[in-house]
Amino acid sequence: MSLNRKDLLGLEHLDKKDFQTVLDSVKPFKSLFTRSVKKAPTLIGKTVVTLFYEPSTRTRTSFEIAAKRLSADVVNISVSASSVVKGESLIDTGKTLEAMKADYIIIRHSMAGTPDILARNLSASIINAGDGFHEHPTQGLLDLYTMYEKKKRIEGLKILLVGDILHSRVAKSNIWALTKMGAEVAVAGPPTLIPPQIEGLGVKVHYNLDEAIKEADVVNILRIQLERQQENLFPSVHEYVELYQLTKERLAKAKSGVMVMHPGPMNRGIEISSDVADSQNAVINEQVTNGIAVRMAVLYLLKPTKVKKNASSN
Amino acid sequence: MRLQIKNIRIVDPSQNKDSVEDLFIENGKIVSNLTDAANRIVDGRGKIAVPGLIDVHAHLREPGHEGKETIKTGTRAAAKGGITTVFCMPNTKPVIDNAPTVEFILLKAQKEGAINVFPIGCATKGSNGEELSEIGVLKKAGIVAISDDGLPVSNSQIMRRTLEYTKMFKLPVISHSEDKELSRNGVMNEGRNSMILGLRGIPRQAEEVMVSRDIMLAELTRGYLHIAHVSTQGSVELVRQAKKKGINVTAETCPHYFTLTDDVVKVYDANTKMNPPLREKRDVEAIKAGLADGTIDCIATDHAPHTQEEKNREFDLTPFGIIGFETMLSLILNELVASKILSLNEAIAKITVNPAKIFNLEDRGSLKTGSIADITIIDMEYSYEFTKESIISKSKNSPFIGRKFTGGAVMTIVGGNIVYER
Ligand SMILES: [Zn+2]
Ligand SMILES: [Zn+2]
Repeated sequence: MSLNRKDLLGLEHLDKKDFQTVLDSVKPFKSLFTRSVKKAPTLIGKTVVTLFYEPSTRTRTSFEIAAKRLSADVVNISVSASSVVKGESLIDTGKTLEAMKADYIIIRHSMAGTPDILARNLSASIINAGDGFHEHPTQGLLDLYTMYEKKKRIEGLKILLVGDILHSRVAKSNIWALTKMGAEVAVAGPPTLIPPQIEGLGVKVHYNLDEAIKEADVVNILRIQLERQQENLFPSVHEYVELYQLTKERLAKAKSGVMVMHPGPMNRGIEISSDVADSQNAVINEQVTNGIAVRMAVLYLLKPTKVKKNASSN
Repeated sequence: MRLQIKNIRIVDPSQNKDSVEDLFIENGKIVSNLTDAANRIVDGRGKIAVPGLIDVHAHLREPGHEGKETIKTGTRAAAKGGITTVFCMPNTKPVIDNAPTVEFILLKAQKEGAINVFPIGCATKGSNGEELSEIGVLKKAGIVAISDDGLPVSNSQIMRRTLEYTKMFKLPVISHSEDKELSRNGVMNEGRNSMILGLRGIPRQAEEVMVSRDIMLAELTRGYLHIAHVSTQGSVELVRQAKKKGINVTAETCPHYFTLTDDVVKVYDANTKMNPPLREKRDVEAIKAGLADGTIDCIATDHAPHTQEEKNREFDLTPFGIIGFETMLSLILNELVASKILSLNEAIAKITVNPAKIFNLEDRGSLKTGSIADITIIDMEYSYEFTKESIISKSKNSPFIGRKFTGGAVMTIVGGNIVYER
C-alpha cells in the first residue's frame, strides 16, 4: 500500500481511495502501542527532519515519536520567526538538509505554501505540518481517523466546525477530507471569521451555534487566536464566549452521542468550557494518541523518490 | 543615416493606414522620399511596420535598485520587445521628486539607453502622500506625467490638489488605485483560490473604491486622470460610466490582466504575484470588453523587475511585480488580435497613438511624414518559446516563461537608428 506520492502538502489533492488507504493503515500502527516493544523497523536508516519555523511542541513531538517508533533517526530544527525575514532562505535551508541526506522533511511555517516551495525544489519527502492559513493535513487525517474509529463510518456523518474558519488550516484539511469521504460539513462562527466563498466547497454556513449544534454528530471546536480581536474580527473575547463557547448548556441541545473534538491546545474557558473538555463526549486525548499512529502511517505510505528537480509534486 | 524599408505593410492607426508601401527614413524622421541613395535597404516583404510602441508604465529601477534593472538593461529588453518609448515610474531611490533625479535619468538614458526614456515625477514629496512635489520644476526638467505609483495618494484632499494643480501643465495624474486598508497584508486576489491556498486576499474593491474616488475628484477638478493597471470588472465599468459622463479620465491595463487568472497562483509561484493581483475569469473578460469598446485606452507593461533571490522564497515575503517588456507585444498579438478581440489596427492604437495623445507626445506614435522615426517591425509568423535564457532584462520574474508565441517584434528603430534586430 502506498499513497503514490512523494509529499503530503495538503488534503486537497487526495481522493477517496487515498483517504481509505490511510484509514486502513493506521490500525496496525496503533496496535503496536499496546505492545511492550513499541517499535517497527520500517524506517531503519532513514533520516527524518522536523523543521519548525513556528513553535508547536505538540505537533513536533507527535511527529518525532511517530518517526522514532518506525526506527528512523530524527533531527529537530527550530527556526525563529525573526531569522526568517533576514536570514537564510527557505530553499537554502532545505538544500542544506538534503545535502545532509534528510529523507523526510516535516515543515511547520507561519506562511502558506512553504511546503509546496520545498517540495518543488527538493527530492526529499515533504510533509506539511501546518502552513499559515493553508492546511494541516496530518491533523485532518487524525481527525478523520478518530471519527472513523468511534463512529465506524464517515459517509453521512454530520460534522460541525466551530470558530475561526478563515484562518484555520485545520478547518480546511478537515473540509477536504470529510466532504470527499461523503460527510456533511457545516461551519459556525461570526461572518468575519468565515470566508464568503466557503459554500463553494460544499459546506453549510451557520452564524448561530445553538441552531447549528442540533444536527451535529461531531462538533470540532477550533482554537481562537486572541490577536484576531485586535484585527477587529470580533469585538471582545467576552462577546465571543457568549456567542460561540461550547458549554454544557449548548451541548445539551445536541444529539445525545455527540462527539466533541479539539485540535489543541485548548483555550479552556474561551472556545470550550472546562466541563465540556473533560466530559464523556470529548475525545481530545484520543486525538493525540491517534495523531502518532496517523503520522506513522503517513511516513510509511509516502514514497521518497529521486524526482527530477523542479518537478511538480502534485 | 538614410534607411529604406521596401514593400512593407504599414499599419498606422494615427492615419488609419493599412497598405503595402516603402518607408523612408532620413535624419531621424519619416520622410516621403530620400534625398540620396539609402545607406541600408531592408526587405519588408511579409512584415508589418507600426509606429514605435510606447509603454507608459514601467519600473527601470535606476537609480537605487540597479541589482534588479538599470536604464541600460531595461531599455535593451524593451527594444527587444518592440518598445521605442518607455515611461519610468518614480519609485526609485531617491524617488523622482526633484529636478536632478529627472536630469540624471535623462542623461543616463541618452548615454546608455537603447530607446527613449521619459520619467514620471512624484505627485508628492518623497512619495509620502503628504505634500505636493514641485510639479512645475519637474515638468521643466522633463517629466511627462505625475504619479506616486507603487503607492496610492491616500489622502483625498492631496489627490484633489494634485489633479487641480497639474491642470496648468496639462500633466496627466496617474492613479495607482488601491485602498491600502482594504488591501492590507493581502498577497493575491481575494476569492476562492485565496481561501483554498490560505493566502491573504486583496478584494477587487480595494481597487474600485479608489478608482471611484479618483473619478469623482477628476469630475470635481476637471483635471487629467489616468488610471493605471486596471484589473477588475468593476473598475472597467466605473471608467466606462465616467467617460460617458464626459469626465477627463483615461485608463491602461497590462497584458497579464487580459491573459491570466489567479488560477496560476496555485503552486505558490511568486512570478504570479503582482499588485494589483491577477483576478478571475469575469475580470479578464471585462478587461477584454473594455479594450474592445475603447474604455481602456492603453496597454502598458508595469514592467517590475525583481531579483531571483527576492522572488524565490515564501510567497508572503516576495515583492509584487513581474517583468513585461519582452512579452507585451506577443501577448497582445496572441491574446487580443489572434482571438479577434481587437483588430490589428485597434491593438496597435493602444500602444502607439493613444498613449501619445494622452501624454502629449508630439511627433510620436505615428508614421506620418515628419514624425520622429520610431518604428517597430512585426513578423506575424515569428514563432518562439519564451525561455528564461532568452530574457535580456536583468531580472527573470515572468509567469510567461515556457509559453510559446507566434508573432513578435523583429526590428526596432528609434530616431532612425536600428536598435534591435532579430
Ligand atoms: Zn501601481
Ligand atoms: Zn507600477
